[in-house]
Amino acid sequence: MREGIMGRKVGMTRIFDETGTAIPVTVIEAGPCVVVQKRTQERDGYSAVQLGFGKQNARKVSKPRRGHFAGAEVEPHKHLREFRLADTDSYQVGEAVTTDVFDVGEYVDVTGISKGKGFAGSIKRWNFHRGPMTHGSKYHRGPGSLQGRDASRVFPGRKLPGRMGGERVTVQGLEVIRTDPEKNLLLVKGGVPGNRGSLLIIKKTVKAKTGS
Amino acid sequence: MNLLRIVEREQMKKDVPEFRPGDSVRVHVKVVEGARERLQPFEGVVIARRGTGANETFTVRRVTSGIGVERTFPLHSPNVAQIEVLKLGRVRRAKLYYVRERKGKRARIRERIRVK
Repeated sequence: MREGIMGRKVGMTRIFDETGTAIPVTVIEAGPCVVVQKRTQERDGYSAVQLGFGKQNARKVSKPRRGHFAGAEVEPHKHLREFRLADTDSYQVGEAVTTDVFDVGEYVDVTGISKGKGFAGSIKRWNFHRGPMTHGSKYHRGPGSLQGRDASRVFPGRKLPGRMGGERVTVQGLEVIRTDPEKNLLLVKGGVPGNRGSLLIIKKTVKAKTGS
Repeated sequence: MNLLRIVEREQMKKDVPEFRPGDSVRVHVKVVEGARERLQPFEGVVIARRGTGANETFTVRRVTSGIGVERTFPLHSPNVAQIEVLKLGRVRRAKLYYVRERKGKRARIRERIRVK
């Protein structure tokens, strides 16, 4: 039930505040998103707004989607996401949503697809400890014992090496440092998941946070 | 990357003098003492410059009473009020970490003639 917007990760840099303190920030090209559809309690059983982000050539959009955009009389967009809201009255189909939904100093949650790490060992993937590298040790980066002797089997869910990253990750409670609805820029304090250029979903934070 | 540059450009100083590792500089640092603010100079040899855009930093080394002191400043920080280039040095590498192991005469840096 939180207002949100979609964006593209641009990269990180630093901003100096009045006292000269350097603040690490992630620059997000957020919006303009366009309201494509409104979900209502009566018709859909829940209330939400469907936003489109990233204008796209109509030829690159599948035909059913093209029809969906045409029905709303908006240009085709690359990404479509729904944001559940208790009250959608302030949104009109076809209207643009920009970074001015956020205020400076507010806290947001940012969701993205984390960078793929490939097949990672248990130290990197699960923060296991490593064995001694020297002193005759032959046990360096292994996962250790998998279970006790009595079980005689490995319980499901055992933390083992495997594919890491490339999954949906949300970072909560990032402070909004600056918004620029004209340039569609949003600067948040700290890092966000994913590669540069990847899609991000920014929402007002779920956890109430008082000033830092 | 272009959008990142736009954000950084507002942060960056336009009046940074040209200097390289090996050059001697005097950095005027803003220091807040209670309610008062004053400029504190720090003089020494630039031994490294790293980073790009608003993230660029430089390291200045000086030896006072036998103790080496190194300070790293963000080039575009508002706390770095002014950078004076005192001497130009002729060196053959970008990072002069080797001067840490050197003392006295061996730590000298040859002077470079200013070329426009």
